[in-house]
Amino acid sequence: MATSQLQSTFQGTRDLPRWVSPLMLVGFFLTSFFLQSALASGADSVEINLVPVAVFGLLGYAVTLYVLSRIVEGVRKATDRLVTTLVSTAFALALIPLISLAYTVVTNGVARFDMEFFTFSMRNVVGEGGGALHAIVGTLEITGIATLISVPVGILAAIYLIEYGRGTIARLVTFFVDVMTGVPSIVAGLFAYALFVIFFGPGVRMGLGGAIALSVLMIPVVIRATEEMLKIVPNELREAAYALGVPKWLTVLKVVLPTALAGIATGVMIAIARVIGETAPLLLIAGFTASMNYNPFDERMMTLPVFVYTSYANQGVDMQAYVDRAWAGALTLMIIVMVLNLVARLISKYFSPKG
Amino acid sequence: MSKRIELKSLDVYYSSFLAVQDVNMVIEPKAITAFIGPSGCGKSTLIRTLNRMHEVIPGARVEGQLLMDGEDVYGPDVDPVRVRRQVGMVFQRPNPFPTMSIKDNVLSGYKLNNSKMSKTEAEELTEKALVGANLWNEVKDRLDKPGSGLSGGQQQRLCIARAIAVEPDVILMDEPTSALDPISTAAIEDLAVELKEKFTVVIVTHNMQQASRISDMTAFFNIAGTGMPGKLIEYDKTEKIFSNPGQQQTEDYVSGRFG
Amino acid sequence: MTDVKPKAVRRLGDIVFANLTFLAGISILLTLATVAAFLFAQSVPAFTGEPIEAAENGFWAYVFPFIFGTVYASVIALAIATPLAIGIALYISHFANRRFSQILGYAVDLLAAIPSVVYGLWGILVLAPFLTPSYRWLNENLGWVPVFGGQVSATGRTMLTVGIVLAIMVLPIMAALIREVFLQTPRLHEEAALALGATRWEMIKMAVLPFGRPGIISAAMLGLGRALGETMAVAMVLSPAAVISFDMLTSTNSNTIAANIALQFPEAGGNYTNLLIATGLVLFGITMVVNMIARWVISRRAEFSGAN
Repeated sequence: MATSQLQSTFQGTRDLPRWVSPLMLVGFFLTSFFLQSALASGADSVEINLVPVAVFGLLGYAVTLYVLSRIVEGVRKATDRLVTTLVSTAFALALIPLISLAYTVVTNGVARFDMEFFTFSMRNVVGEGGGALHAIVGTLEITGIATLISVPVGILAAIYLIEYGRGTIARLVTFFVDVMTGVPSIVAGLFAYALFVIFFGPGVRMGLGGAIALSVLMIPVVIRATEEMLKIVPNELREAAYALGVPKWLTVLKVVLPTALAGIATGVMIAIARVIGETAPLLLIAGFTASMNYNPFDERMMTLPVFVYTSYANQGVDMQAYVDRAWAGALTLMIIVMVLNLVARLISKYFSPKG
Repeated sequence: MSKRIELKSLDVYYSSFLAVQDVNMVIEPKAITAFIGPSGCGKSTLIRTLNRMHEVIPGARVEGQLLMDGEDVYGPDVDPVRVRRQVGMVFQRPNPFPTMSIKDNVLSGYKLNNSKMSKTEAEELTEKALVGANLWNEVKDRLDKPGSGLSGGQQQRLCIARAIAVEPDVILMDEPTSALDPISTAAIEDLAVELKEKFTVVIVTHNMQQASRISDMTAFFNIAGTGMPGKLIEYDKTEKIFSNPGQQQTEDYVSGRFG
Repeated sequence: MTDVKPKAVRRLGDIVFANLTFLAGISILLTLATVAAFLFAQSVPAFTGEPIEAAENGFWAYVFPFIFGTVYASVIALAIATPLAIGIALYISHFANRRFSQILGYAVDLLAAIPSVVYGLWGILVLAPFLTPSYRWLNENLGWVPVFGGQVSATGRTMLTVGIVLAIMVLPIMAALIREVFLQTPRLHEEAALALGATRWEMIKMAVLPFGRPGIISAAMLGLGRALGETMAVAMVLSPAAVISFDMLTSTNSNTIAANIALQFPEAGGNYTNLLIATGLVLFGITMVVNMIARWVISRRAEFSGAN
C-alpha cells in the first residue's frame, strides 16, 4: 500500500527529456542569427551584429525553457533550470575573453616572433625590423633586483608574523600587509619617483627605481604566500625540534622553512609573474628608450611591458610594423608569465614534502 | 645517565589560570613512572613542565621547585634549551621531520644544532640509536629514504631513536601509543621497558592496562570539576595503585567507575 | 601576584633572529608611511609653485573630472563583474563536478595572470571594434536611456568598453574570493536543505547565499579597489576629454586619475609633475579607504585574503 503510494508520488513529477534543453539552445541561437541577418540585409548596413544575436538567442532559450519546464515540471524545477542557465552563462562569458585573448595574442604575435626580435634593440630603427632585446634585458634586470629585495624582506616579515609576532604591532602589520596588496601600481611608481627625486633631482629615470616600485607591489604578495605556507607546517614539528634542545631560531631556519620551502618557492614564482607584467610604474620611473642599457643605476631602461605600450602608443610611419612589434612583445610577455605560473605549479606538485 | 626528579609544591599556570596545583613527588631513576587520570586532569601539562616545553605556550609558567639530581631546572640562569637536551620527549602523534631521511632524523638533535661529527661517528651513532629503538633491522637498508615512508609504529620508534640519540638522562612519553594499532603499541611498550635500564622514563597514558603492564610507579591525577586545577591524588607503586589504592577516587578510576 | 616571566636566559642567535624578523615586519609599516610621506612632500610644490597651465582653475577643478572618471569606470566594471563573479563562483562550487571545477578554477585564475598592458592592447584592437556595432545598435534602439545617448563613438574607445575590460580584469580575484566563501558553507546546512527536498537553487538560496553575503560584499570592495587603480588598460582604451559625462558610448569621456598620470607623466616637466603626483596621492587615499573597508569586512569574518 505504502509502496504504491510512493510510486505514484514519483510518477506525479514528470521530467523534460534530456535532449530538450540542448536542442533548444542550438535552435534559438540559429533562429536569432538568421533573424538578425534578415533584419540587417533589410537595412542599409550589412554588418551582422553578434552581440544581439547571442543576447536574443539566450533570452529566447531561457524564457522558453522556463515556461516549458513550468508547465511540465512545476514552478520549483523551472526556477532551478533558469538559475542553472544563468550561472552557466556567467561562466561561459568569463571564458570568452580568455579564449579571445589567447587567440589574438598568438595569431598577431607570431608575425614578428622571430630571431631579429630577440637579438636586436630598437636603436636607429624606423619602420620595419628591430627587436625587443633591450626591453627583455631591462625586464630581467629590474624584476631580478625587485625579487632580490622582496624575497628576503617578505619571508622574514612572514616569519615575524607567524613565529614571533604577538599583540598590537603584529596585528597592525597583518592589516597593513593586506592594505599594501591594494596599493595601485601607478602609485608605487610615483613613490619610487618621489623617493629618487630627493637624491637625483627632477626628471630622474633609472632602472633601480623601477625595481623599488615593483618591490612595493611584490613584498605583500610574498608575505601572504609565505604566511600561508608557514601556517600549515604542523606545530608538532616545532615541538619535536624544541624537545631535542634546538633553539627557536634554528628550529625556524632548519625545520620550519625547509618544510615550507616548496610552497614558498611557488608563491615567489607567482609574485614574480604578477609584477613582471607591470607597466605603469616602469613607464614613470624607468622610462623608455630605443637603446640597450645594461646599467640599472643610470639612465632610462626599457622593459617589455613598456615596450608593448610605447610600440602601440607611439606608432611611426609604418604603423603595421609598430603594431606587430607590440603584439610580439605581448606574446613574449604572456609566455614568460605562463611559464612562471607553470613552474610554480610544478614546484608545488613535485617538491612539497609528503606526509 | 639516569636522573632522579623531585617536584616540590609545584603549581603550573597558563597566565592566571591554575592548571595543576601543588604537586609533590619524587620520580625514581631507572624506572618507569606512569601518569594516569581522566582527560583534562593536567597530566600532560605536568609532563611538559619537566623539560620546560610548556613555555612554548605564551603565558605558561610554574611556581615551586623542580629538581633534577638536586639541580633546579627553573633556576635563574638555566637555559630551557639546555634542559631539553637532557630530557628527551616523545609525543602523541609520531612526528618525524618530513624533509629529512631516516638517518638524518636520528641525527637531527645534532644536525639542527650545527654540531659537527665525522662520517663514521654519525654512522655508529645512527646504528646505536636505531638498535636502541628496536628499529635497526627494519630500516637498515633504507636509511636514506624519508622517514615519513614508515608505518605509524615505525615512525614512533624513529622518534624514540631520535630522542635517545642525543643521550639524555630522562625520556618523557606523552601518550606515545594513542595513535597506534595494538601491535605497534606492544612494540613501543617493550621498548619502554628496555629503555628504563638506562633512562628515567615518564609516561602519560590514558590506558590503564598499559600503565599496569609496564610501569613501576603510578601517579593518579584528578580534577574536582571543569575550571578547577588538577591535583595529584595518589602516587605509589603500580601494583599498590591497581590492587589496593589508598584513595576512594583512585579505586573508582582504576576499577573503571569513571573516566 | 606578580607575573613571573620565564627566566630571561636567551641565546644570541634567538635575539638576533627575532629582531631581524621584527625589523622586516616593521618595514611594512615604514614603507606605507614613506609612500604617503614622499607623495605628500612631492605634492606640495603643485600648490605653492607658480601656476600650472593645465590646472588654471586650481587643483580640485583639475582633479575632479578624473575622480569622477575613476569612480564611474570602476562602478560600471563592478556592476558587470559582481553578478558574473557570483555566477562563476556558484558554477565552480556547486554546479560543475569536482575534477572539472578544479580545471575551471585554474582557467579563471589565468585571467588574473595576464598583464594589464596585454588587456589594453586586446581591448583597443579586438574588443572595441567588436563592440562598436552593438553600441550603434544600443544607441539607436535604447538611446532614450540617458547613459546610452549622445553621439556614438566610431572607434569603440568608450567608457563602457573600459568598464567591460576592467570587469574582466577584476573578475578572477572576485570570483576566487567568493568561491572560497561558498565552499566554506557548512555541509550540514546544505544537506539539511537538500534533505527537506529543496532543489539545487533552493538549497543555494537557503544555505549558500546567506552564508556568503559578507564574502560577496568584501569581494566587491576588493574588486573596486583594483579597478580604481588600474592604469594601462584605461590609458590605452579610453578616448579621454576634459569633461564630466555620464554617456557611456561617446568619444568624450572623463579620464581616470591613473590613466591621466600614465599619459601625462612621461612628457611632464616642472611642477606639472608635482601636480600629477598630487592626483596620485588622491588616488592613493581613495584606494586605501576602499581597501581598508574591504579588509575590515573580511577580517570580521574569516581568514582569507586576495593575495593568494
